[in-house]
Amino acid sequence: MHKADNSALKIVVLVKYVPDTQFDRHLTANSHTVDRSESILSELDEYAIEAALQLIEARGGAKAGNTVTALTVGPAAAVNAVKKALQLGATDGVHVTDEALAGSDASGTSLVLAAAIRSLGPVDLVLTGMASTDGETSLVPAQLAERLGLAQLTFAASLEVDGGVVTARRDDGQESETVQAQLPALVSVTDQINEPRYPNFKGIIAAKKKKVAELALSDLGLDPGQVGRTGAWTTVLSAEARPPRGQGTIITDEGDAGIKLVDFLASRKLL
Amino acid sequence: MAGTAKILVFIDSPDGPLHKVQRELLTLAGTLGEPAAAVSSPPDEALLAELAGYGAATVYQPAAQLEDSLVAPNAAFLANVVREAAPAAVLLENSYEGKETAARLGIKLSSGVVTDAIAVAPDLSVTKSVLAGAYTVVAKVTTGTPLITVKANSIEAAAGTGTGMPVVVEVDPGEPGPAARVTERSAKPASGRPDLGEARVVVAGGRGVNGDFGPIEELADALGGAVGASRAATDAGWIDHSAQVGQTGKTVSPQLYISAGISGAIQQKAGMQTAQVIVAVNKDADSPVFEIADFGVVGDLFQVLPQAAGEIRKRKG
Ligand SMILES: Cc1cc2nc3c(=O)[nH]c(=O)nc-3n(C[C@H](O)[C@H](O)[C@H](O)COP(=O)(O)OP(=O)(O)OC[C@H]3O[C@@H](n4cnc5c(N)ncnc54)[C@H](O)[C@@H]3O)c2cc1C
Ligand SMILES: Nc1ncnc2c1ncn2[C@@H]1O[C@H](COP(=O)(O)O)[C@@H](O)[C@H]1O
Repeated sequence: MHKADNSALKIVVLVKYVPDTQFDRHLTANSHTVDRSESILSELDEYAIEAALQLIEARGGAKAGNTVTALTVGPAAAVNAVKKALQLGATDGVHVTDEALAGSDASGTSLVLAAAIRSLGPVDLVLTGMASTDGETSLVPAQLAERLGLAQLTFAASLEVDGGVVTARRDDGQESETVQAQLPALVSVTDQINEPRYPNFKGIIAAKKKKVAELALSDLGLDPGQVGRTGAWTTVLSAEARPPRGQGTIITDEGDAGIKLVDFLASRKLL
Repeated sequence: MAGTAKILVFIDSPDGPLHKVQRELLTLAGTLGEPAAAVSSPPDEALLAELAGYGAATVYQPAAQLEDSLVAPNAAFLANVVREAAPAAVLLENSYEGKETAARLGIKLSSGVVTDAIAVAPDLSVTKSVLAGAYTVVAKVTTGTPLITVKANSIEAAAGTGTGMPVVVEVDPGEPGPAARVTERSAKPASGRPDLGEARVVVAGGRGVNGDFGPIEELADALGGAVGASRAATDAGWIDHSAQVGQTGKTVSPQLYISAGISGAIQQKAGMQTAQVIVAVNKDADSPVFEIADFGVVGDLFQVLPQAAGEIRKRKG
């Protein structure tokens, strides 16, 4: 389904509901999973939403038939991540939620995301954040691309779609690369790509009328055993809060702190 | 010598001698079993000899050149290598490409992936830190061949007593499927300093340098270290984005991290909290960075850093 023209774009943007990094974050004692009580839309996914909105706005927006579907997989409250995306301008939402999903790893999450995206029919572009701020693995976008048989353009610091071709620039330390693929494709974006907008009053009102489809695993033809803790391909054996770094020595400069700093380095054999 | 199971190390785009991280991966493989290497392009004699030195008895290379595309060709090739070599585990670099190669390989082989390893035990359980360094967890792959991406500086690279050239085995590169082509590459100007991700010493500057990275570079050079930065400094355009340390920049775990004029926001800590020793220089005694510093100086970086650099040069003669 290559798009040789510049007709309407159908975009899916992945949004994850994660514990707010502003607060102390915890792992639950028995299951070693992340405590999600103070959660928000992952701030790194705001860049993906913004990228999607800019792409459709350049093509006449929703009026011209372009769509941005915000998709999340997560517990009941995760729908808030989708709602935030709708307030920002996404056109509709999908929330996959199921008891059996608790404890999923990247393989399980990507399995469910892939099934949910397939259920939407042909899409042109899947946009994701560069990493979730809780899992921090960056595994999901690549695993999803593999499952859907899509070209991946990951860690995009810029993004263009023209004539059915997607072009991105990525910075990888010593090198800057330009990468290109035919649509459909999966793109993960970094925080260098744009400045995410804030929801405005109009957007908040408009969002109330937008549809969010709630799906269970059975709606996607998936078996509970394929996901969650049972279906995971990895397990966490133990978790320990990092001990506060041993009481460090803090000095106030009295004109010789540079020398004292070097004494400290010498005492730790770091010179 | 540990068990005799093969531990496969992925060596991506070899271009001359092995990189430091690659030597570390091979060393780690030697502590877990018998190292073997999968190289994404045919190794020359010198590289084979170097691999032999690290105990790699077998080297797998693609039977035809891999496409210059992102990740997918590496994953397709490696999947065939794993089928051929049946290793007990695969070790890869913890770079973007390393993690993503592991990710796609994981789906191809129905194998679990653990990223950001700082240690791997003989039973292949992996130690890593999560939630921006707030927790240390031990994780394990329970399905398939463990695919583990290992952070730089997790182990001291040490060539073993390997003898004899490795056996080179050609492996079908497989079918990568749709992939993004690399249409242009532009190398960034070389700084002459060690690579930020691999360096043993990192000296990083933040908004407090106020546009002048001179004192940061001077101290980095005195210590033979790399230069890092906070996002405030890279966003201001004072230094290239590739120097950014943190959640959306590089994750580094050097032996020594010197933070100067950086407040220590959670996103900055996410990238440096696993450093072995942290030194902070900041004017503000209430800066959160002091909570994680082993040694802190409340003072002006424009005074403290040049003085320290001068003292180091003096002591080193
Ligand atoms: C999505 C997202 C991703 C982010 N990713 C990253 C990331 O990867 N890395 C990162 O670093 N940040 C990241 N940030 C930004 C982060 O939240 C902070 O804003 C940033 O780290 C602050 O940089 P700073 O410490 O240099 O600046 P500030 O917080 O402004 O601190 C400057 C410090 O310099 C001190 N100072 C000033 N003058 C001097 C002097 N002469 N001598 C000594 N000390 C002095 C001050 O006391 C102050 O503590 C991210 C933010 C978001 C929202
Ligand atoms: N449960 C989820 N629901 C929706 N999107 C997700 C989910 N998990 C991960 N993602 C997407 O994948 C990106 C990378 O996540 P990760 O691989 O966990 O670091 C995120 O920025 C999201 O865009």
